[in-house]
Amino acid sequence: MPQTCAIVGVGGLGAPAAALLGALGEFDLRLVDDDHVDLSNLPRQPLYGREDLGKNKARTAARHLQAMRSSGAIEVREERLTAANATTLLEGVAVVIDGTDSLPAKRFLNQWCCGTRTPLVHAGALGWDGQLMTIVPGQSACLACLFDDLGDDREVLNCEQEGILGPVVGAIGLAAAREALAVLRGEIPSLAGRFAILDGRTLLWRSLATKRRPECPACGQLA
Amino acid sequence: MPVTVKIPTPLRKFTAGAESVEGEGASVGDLLTDLESRHTGLQERICDEQGKVRRFVNLYVNGEDIRFQQQLDTPVKDGDDLAIVPAIAGGRD
Repeated sequence: MPQTCAIVGVGGLGAPAAALLGALGEFDLRLVDDDHVDLSNLPRQPLYGREDLGKNKARTAARHLQAMRSSGAIEVREERLTAANATTLLEGVAVVIDGTDSLPAKRFLNQWCCGTRTPLVHAGALGWDGQLMTIVPGQSACLACLFDDLGDDREVLNCEQEGILGPVVGAIGLAAAREALAVLRGEIPSLAGRFAILDGRTLLWRSLATKRRPECPACGQLA
Repeated sequence: MPVTVKIPTPLRKFTAGAESVEGEGASVGDLLTDLESRHTGLQERICDEQGKVRRFVNLYVNGEDIRFQQQLDTPVKDGDDLAIVPAIAGGRD
């Protein structure tokens, strides 16, 4: 049975990842998003066109991807991930790509993936900056190891305040797909244990080594 | 040669757009105080009212997380680099 990659949030990050993984057709995809295509999305979410305005992103992405792939299933979940539905939405997947855009969602996804030992590709983009890391629960540092508490969106800057650039978020989404592919193929992801940062102005990547924290509330107890 | 500080995009409004600036000090805490004298508002985005590094920000000296060293007392010397890494959330819309 083919393994499944879940993409939570099929927008600026998730849509490029879905396009790459979908075109490969090597693995099954599960697209999770309750949002609808908006005119403002089109410049940086090339999976969608004007004819898709107002339509659900997950379903629309699946329709486009089905047309370009020859094998592999694409499941659609037109729901927003919550604590109540996470297990139903993500059960059985081999890896999750985080395409969400809020810190509470990222914190929850990290916690859920650690709790179920599901590898997670964390991705974020803001302005000219992009961030990426892969979490192999019990083996590499998780998001809660890195940031003591992600707080909420009132405390940090988000894309509504700072804007987001298509080439930056697209590059992060494609790199996230590459990390997910490594997990699916049984390879060691490049960014397990490293936190990569893309400077969109210089197009330079740098990465920082991450360490697991024994007191981490999400993964500290995992052997 | 002073310490080079890498500024993430969201904080470059405090450095007139500069992606890196220079500062001096014997420790990370001293360095942040020195930076604040030239880039008003920067320190407040990194540290909370109690003077601790905010929960969603990490600081790395030469690629090493200061939480695994001496926090804000981590020593720095000329030629070192400090990376400020905030959690960012955008990417779905």
